[in-house]
Amino acid sequence: MFNYTIKRLLQLIPVLLGMTFLVFMLIRAIPGNPAQVILGQQATKEAVEALTIKLGLDQPWYTQYFSYLGGILKGDLGESMRTRLPVADEIWPYLAATLELALFAMIIAVVVGINAGIISAWFQNSWFDYSAMVLALVGVSMPIFWLGLMGQWAFAIELQWLPTTGRENVRDPVSAITNLYIIDTLIQGRFDQLWVVIKHLILPGLALATIPMAIIARMTRSSMLEVMRSDYIRTARAKGQKMFWIVYKHALKNAIIPVLTVIGLQIGLLLGGAILTETIFAWPGIGRYIYDAINFRDYPVIQSGILIVAFIFVMINLIVDLLYGLIDPRIKYD
Amino acid sequence: MSELTPKVDGVVEAELEKTIGPWREAWAGFRKSKVAVVGAAIVIFFIVLALFGPLVTKEGINEQFMTDRLQPPSSEYWFGTDDFGRDIFSRIIHGARISLSVGFFSVVGSIVVGSFLGIIAGYYGRWIDTIISRIFDIMLAFPSILLAIAIVSVLGPSLRNALIAIAIINVPNFGRLIRSKVLSIKEDEYITAAKAIGMKDYRILFSHILPNSMAPVIVQGTLAIATAILEAAALGFLGLGAEAPYPEWGKMLADSKDYLQNAPWTMIFPGLAIMLTVLGFNLMGDGLRDALDPKMKS
Repeated sequence: MFNYTIKRLLQLIPVLLGMTFLVFMLIRAIPGNPAQVILGQQATKEAVEALTIKLGLDQPWYTQYFSYLGGILKGDLGESMRTRLPVADEIWPYLAATLELALFAMIIAVVVGINAGIISAWFQNSWFDYSAMVLALVGVSMPIFWLGLMGQWAFAIELQWLPTTGRENVRDPVSAITNLYIIDTLIQGRFDQLWVVIKHLILPGLALATIPMAIIARMTRSSMLEVMRSDYIRTARAKGQKMFWIVYKHALKNAIIPVLTVIGLQIGLLLGGAILTETIFAWPGIGRYIYDAINFRDYPVIQSGILIVAFIFVMINLIVDLLYGLIDPRIKYD
Repeated sequence: MSELTPKVDGVVEAELEKTIGPWREAWAGFRKSKVAVVGAAIVIFFIVLALFGPLVTKEGINEQFMTDRLQPPSSEYWFGTDDFGRDIFSRIIHGARISLSVGFFSVVGSIVVGSFLGIIAGYYGRWIDTIISRIFDIMLAFPSILLAIAIVSVLGPSLRNALIAIAIINVPNFGRLIRSKVLSIKEDEYITAAKAIGMKDYRILFSHILPNSMAPVIVQGTLAIATAILEAAALGFLGLGAEAPYPEWGKMLADSKDYLQNAPWTMIFPGLAIMLTVLGFNLMGDGLRDALDPKMKS
């Protein structure tokens, strides 16, 4: 296991280097003079030249790349062209907002998805199974930005049960400690604010959770059906053990491994989907940070935002890979 | 008598296997799946709509009737009108052409480039394989929509650039698929035989290996069209795809954001169109997977 972890970490190095190179190339791939494009056609020649030097675009590309890489290793993610602040300093609140939303969505997706899949497999060909699988099929095909708008229309505008946009009550803002508002409100014992924060999370969380939930439900069902046919399950049933325990204790343990892979992959999807959800719900997360940066042609922010999301995605996939061994001792690592 | 039945069935099945080819067998399997047939019907419906719909809709999808702005669905305007008084029904039908074209052509682009790279990586192996496979790994390290956004942010927002971005992000999926298929096929006896009679590499690659790797590509391609349509709509929604006044579904949804309270129909119908089209391709892809390549079934 230890050797395998080291091997996987080493394998990660070229991927991470490649990622930084690709992100580095983004700004260089802009057709024409990037500095001119960033500043717009009205910019003076002097301003364009100054920005060219500031971005290091006058240097050979390899010098630029190594200095960029060196900066990243030192935690320097560049400076936002809009706010003039170092990206590394201003990114955390955005990242925290996205992490909170993504975690909330993932919890909904995993809890509902796995249970729907289990019950579907348990009562195969029942009305529950059919309706859950039809819903899952529709869920997989759902444009989440449409679902978000529909939720906003139905629950925020028509029924007025939930807030339309944002992350908190702007008249009573949460004093940020970790920037994960659920934790912050809990630390401060502000349960009134906690409820407001949760209410703000529900609509974007559900919109974001839909696709992963559907995929997890389908995967769990097919994986459970396969396991339920095995001999050891038949033995457990023959021994007269309660069906609930057979399903949740014996079958689930073996059925969960492929589901875990899917969950790992879905986290990437969630991070991508966050951009869309955050745009609809004005959620101040990293997706919106990148989206606003695109509108302002703030390339250092676009680069760093994308790099950080991709880095988290890669790390999560690595963790999921390593988790297999813990969950299924039959998996041997070379 | 009951003992005889399996034998008789076995004989009949063997005879059938002799007479029908793999494609016909797949077609028979596909037809058997009701879900797949429903999916195909939805897809055909939207294709017909895209091809012939614009001929029967009201003229001038971009024509503005300011006196009729934000009208609810009625016998005159089936899906209502938008904030410029444009007929949403006509715009959705014209939008089908855009979404299907982007979905189809971006996937064809990904298949062509992905197949080319996958074949070279799988057939020649060694350093070429290492380089191509690492590039695929790096591209797959990014959430796909994020990579598409990054590409469009560089190329500039437009429908054409959205199509290019979607094609690029799907290349590694097809590349990996073809590569793994090539790796297994190239050890087959008929390839060894082709090499032994002195057949050139490119002929082996394009006349033997490529046609034999096509089944999973068709399955993956159908499912990828669904994803591509969603991605194009997402880019349109973010203002990084089709520009005004194109009746692109994602863009129509983005425009509807300000009218949720007064005119929810401006949001409901374009979204429904996206969902149904994507659902059609997903169902059809699932059916094709079961029919063409049972091993790929998850």
